[in-house]
Amino acid sequence: MEMNGGQALVKALECEGTEVVFGLPGGAILPVYDPIIESPVRHILVRHEQGAGHMAEGYAHATGRPGVVMITSGPGATNVVTALCDAYMDSVPLVCITGQVPYAAIGTDAFQECDTTGITMAVTKHNFLVTEAQDIPRIIHEAFHIATTGRPGPVLVDIPKDIVDPRNPRSAMTWYEPTDDIMELPGYRPATAGDPELVRAAAELICKAERPVLYAGGGILKARAAAELLALAELIDVPVVTTLMARGCFPDSHELCLGMPGMHGNYTAVTAMQRSDLLIALGARFDDRVTGRLDGFAPDAKVIHVDIDAAELGKVRVPDVAIRGDCKLVIAELVEAVRACGGAGAQPDRRVWRSTISGWQERYPLVYEQSEPGELLKPQYVLEVLRDSTPDDTIVTSGVGQHQMWASQYWRFDHPYTWINSGGLGTMGFSVPAAIGAKVGMPDRMVWAVDGDGCFQMTAQELVTASMERIPIKVALFNNAYLGMVRQWQEMFYEERYSEVYLSYEIPDYVKWAEAMGCVALRVESPEEVAPAIAKANEIDDRPVVLEFRSSAGENVFPMVPAGQSNSDIVVDPSQR
Amino acid sequence: MTAAAPAGGHAAPADRFHTIVTTVENKPGVLARVASLFARRGFNIESLAVAPTADERFSRITFTVDVASSSLEQVVKQLDKLINVVEISELKPTESVERELMLVTVAVDGAGGRRHELLELVDDFRAYVLDADQSQMMMSLAARPARLDEFEERLRAFGIVQLQRTGRVALPSLGS
Repeated sequence: MEMNGGQALVKALECEGTEVVFGLPGGAILPVYDPIIESPVRHILVRHEQGAGHMAEGYAHATGRPGVVMITSGPGATNVVTALCDAYMDSVPLVCITGQVPYAAIGTDAFQECDTTGITMAVTKHNFLVTEAQDIPRIIHEAFHIATTGRPGPVLVDIPKDIVDPRNPRSAMTWYEPTDDIMELPGYRPATAGDPELVRAAAELICKAERPVLYAGGGILKARAAAELLALAELIDVPVVTTLMARGCFPDSHELCLGMPGMHGNYTAVTAMQRSDLLIALGARFDDRVTGRLDGFAPDAKVIHVDIDAAELGKVRVPDVAIRGDCKLVIAELVEAVRACGGAGAQPDRRVWRSTISGWQERYPLVYEQSEPGELLKPQYVLEVLRDSTPDDTIVTSGVGQHQMWASQYWRFDHPYTWINSGGLGTMGFSVPAAIGAKVGMPDRMVWAVDGDGCFQMTAQELVTASMERIPIKVALFNNAYLGMVRQWQEMFYEERYSEVYLSYEIPDYVKWAEAMGCVALRVESPEEVAPAIAKANEIDDRPVVLEFRSSAGENVFPMVPAGQSNSDIVVDPSQR
Repeated sequence: MTAAAPAGGHAAPADRFHTIVTTVENKPGVLARVASLFARRGFNIESLAVAPTADERFSRITFTVDVASSSLEQVVKQLDKLINVVEISELKPTESVERELMLVTVAVDGAGGRRHELLELVDDFRAYVLDADQSQMMMSLAARPARLDEFEERLRAFGIVQLQRTGRVALPSLGS
């Protein structure tokens, strides 16, 4: 079938199962936007390309399907770089289509030209510059294949205008079915199952360990291995910590769940890893926010490290057993191998370890003081009420900062894919667009964006997108008039010398702003107003809602392992010292 | 180490430089991907040589990497993640033949004795004279990198005007 490159591109996206594209048109991508009119693919018109990228990430996190972005050349492409880098750091499958100036004009500093593949090389798993219309279906198929297999990640496809413009003879092509056998990727061999001998060695270590901890990372969710993890944990009866990227992969309400480790992890999760004699790291990457000072991290622990990316094995901590493979397959193999070693019956007596852990849990729970009458709200309290007034499969997205840490600490994640945040890059402004993407992918689920006032001001304009596209997300905006996490560091480590962290309670007026963007908005200032406001928000399902919670500015996130210090030096809440 | 390994193969000093040979897809931008990876991961390239292979779909990039600053294992694993890198291997000096080419121009400032001395050196090292005039002589030498170092050292006494080395290329020894 003869067609032009623009038609082929849209058809290729349809062939990959694309149901929605987040984008914004412009000069170089114009010819592709024309066939979009006839396509069954839904297009969400964003207000800024960064928003398109984060929406696609939210969609991918929530659904497990790749998020698709389509934007123009030059500033369109540079605006999406933050989202690409975010997706790269957190291994989120995205396919980003960018327009480019006509092939013959590349290198001439043409209008809205930039070296998109050059700029995005370091923040994508791979990128392509397509030079011939005939290659479009194959390269789009390769892009989806690379984005979604192995360690997932963002892939960018740069499309010069002439090969998609029907008025240009270079756009002529003959359609063919994009199938696996036409791919030309001789250097791409994603890992699958683990080496059986290494799995056996890991099982033997497990069956000898007296103080083991399962260290579950975001790779569990990427591999869709939550059920396998549950089976392994219950078989060997070993406690599980879930990292910021893994919250929800193991139910918080399960008796083996210790919650989040790391810089703002709870005392028990941090200390259990620290005192452990065996860390079973599954799809985790020993991030500095988890390990604290590396030479003081889990000093007595042997390490089993399972990851699909060989480069993670030994990158930070040298493992005793390193298994390259897909977590879903390797954990299933591990379960079999543990059973072969005698299974549950062959585990050492770990009653002392278990009682030590429950002792920490009793002594160092998460705590905060409720506000006195007349004081501003405690964000922890608001989050507890929100948690208890929403369905337990509610999807929560978050920005970056104090509100993110409190949300991760105080929410009870009992289902995988209910927590969506920016972990590796720490991108402020992530939550609103990510919530929109998640709601588009999961329209029947309630989606709450937990946000801070600093974050909100970075990407709030996407609430216009949400209103126009009738995407009824809900935003819990914690207004403490500060860049709160930076303020906390200045208080603790810069002798309370506050430099450029004050925003304002009053400017902007968040309620008016949200209303101007087509949202229902309420301001909440006292504890007794919290539950009714949330109840009202939960009833609204035809437009976005913003609840502004006026929050106390002096509240700090605890526990905390100060940057550069050992996890053994964890600082607990002042009331527990 | 096999009997078939030629003399050039096993005399190289065990140093902090490791030779990595990669087969990559012969496509635009592949060298940039490799170079960008080295830069952003903080790896140091000592030398690098690129050229198409006998199969025009692929090129071969031979690197010498300074592993004092980063682990060889990380370099190899990160390179392997590049989609366009098809194959990657480390060539140990004892199991490979390494060669490097040097072009060098030396001052001989007219004095007959110096010129004679230089020609003897060229003979000793099995280098070639490529060009000469009243005051300068240009030579080439293709040999083991250590041999090039030695030649370079000996030429210093004459006064090196210009020097260009290619970076090493390598192939596995036969039978290794």
